[in-house]
Amino acid sequence: MEHNITRLPIESLMQLTNRSKVVVNKKMSFVERLYLPAILGGLMITFRHFFKKKATISYPEVQRDFSPVYRGQHVLKRDEQGRENCTACGLCAVACPAEAISMTASERKKGEEHLYREEKYASVYEINMLRCIFCGLCEEACPKEAIFLTDRIVSSDYQRNGFIYGKDQLVESTDPDKRVDIAGRLKAHRHQ
Amino acid sequence: MELNDLIFKIIFVIAVFAVSLLVAMYSTYAERKVAAFFQDRLGPNRAGPFGMLQPLADGIKMFMKEEIIPTNADKVLFVLGPSLAMMTACMTGVVIPWGSSLIIDGKEYVMQITDVNIGILYVFGVVSVGVYGIMIGGWASNNKFSLLGALRASSQMISYELAMGMSIVALVMMTGTLSVREIVESQPGGHWNVFVQPLGFLLFLICAFAETNRTPFDLPECETELVGGYHTEYSSMKLGFYLFAEYINMFISSAIIVCLFFGGYNFPFISELGLSHNMAAILGTVIFFAKVFFFIFFFMWIRWTIPRFRYDQLMRVGWKVLIPLAVVNIVLTAIYLMWKHDLWNTTLHVSQLNP
Repeated sequence: MEHNITRLPIESLMQLTNRSKVVVNKKMSFVERLYLPAILGGLMITFRHFFKKKATISYPEVQRDFSPVYRGQHVLKRDEQGRENCTACGLCAVACPAEAISMTASERKKGEEHLYREEKYASVYEINMLRCIFCGLCEEACPKEAIFLTDRIVSSDYQRNGFIYGKDQLVESTDPDKRVDIAGRLKAHRHQ
Repeated sequence: MELNDLIFKIIFVIAVFAVSLLVAMYSTYAERKVAAFFQDRLGPNRAGPFGMLQPLADGIKMFMKEEIIPTNADKVLFVLGPSLAMMTACMTGVVIPWGSSLIIDGKEYVMQITDVNIGILYVFGVVSVGVYGIMIGGWASNNKFSLLGALRASSQMISYELAMGMSIVALVMMTGTLSVREIVESQPGGHWNVFVQPLGFLLFLICAFAETNRTPFDLPECETELVGGYHTEYSSMKLGFYLFAEYINMFISSAIIVCLFFGGYNFPFISELGLSHNMAAILGTVIFFAKVFFFIFFFMWIRWTIPRFRYDQLMRVGWKVLIPLAVVNIVLTAIYLMWKHDLWNTTLHVSQLNP
């Protein structure tokens, strides 16, 4: 019984790629049933891989280049005079989707002008690296360009406590030579 | 036997034993390195230069590991299994001619431990005993995975031994001898048996893969189905023995393939180099090892190319393809020999057939 169905030719159907193949269930020829040509073909493919460039990076000796906008461990920046940029406004903590940031604000005393740029500063600033998802929203929220993500990797630890980074691990050094370079992130930040 | 002969033999036995172990040891390293290269990786490269000390590190690890004998295992058989596997693996090297001969002080020393006149049968016999090592190990473990692995191993090895033996018959008909040395010497220069017995070679090669439990015939230790197969319950050096025996078998299989089909220590233009007898013999041995190493590499090459057979496929290939092909090969060889010696019209006693 003949049904009147208009069949679309297979080419007219939407295709996601041009790699699709029409499967044919034809019987294998004698040569194919020997499998030897196919095995030889397979051997040639593996042999070609023998001489290919290896994908392995010998880690401690060779280190892979990071993207300039890599989002790794945070840094709390200082300005050119070595004063902390952070004013403990708390916007980063509010922006943080993982609620990883907590801080305590304090007032700058007389004689501390060389340490903190503005009248208010964070006496405690902690980031829980286990909660942090390295999304970079803290950096986006910061009005003072004080917090940035860097290309450093948070190291492993045996205890959970070790992952709560305080100011001692977050604030960069006053030594001009030991400043953390955030040029890549800063560019991306200012571009937004 | 004179004292000199005895000393030479003892040194030679120790040398063959040491070389077998050394080659097996570095086969594990080569396997990992080759596997890595086929998969675009680097492989072990931390222990020593290029990771050359890796087999030593592995050996130390094996010895240091905790030795576990399961409570419900048969203690005696449990220890006997790997010992038997190791022993049979080391025994097969005896009949292989590693080189032609050395002349020291005008006396000729043959570079072979013993030239048994039924050398090939001896190899088959010892390899068959090797099945017991696996079978006993699997049985003694008192573990279902081990037992299934052992069953698979024994049925596979027995099935393929048949085809292997049959594939050799045609070769034996051509050369008229079972002694490995005589077979090697019947292929001088580049007149290798592989050119006159290509089908026999192919069958023998496939069977050799099955006999050594290498991929695509590694069903006895197929991880996805049987955990570790017959050595699931084994730990420490007893496991090491099983793995080591497999690599020695691979080495010996390669050596036998080279002897039977690739001219052993013979190579083209040997007589035209004008070397002294001893130099030619040493060069022959080096060539022999080069061929063997190629086949070891080929074993690994196949392993990282072809996926494992299904069990029914394995049995079908063994019984319904390889054995009939081996019979066809025997018949074709027989017809060729009849034609060559013009035996159609003559009646001869069987003993007269041998050249």
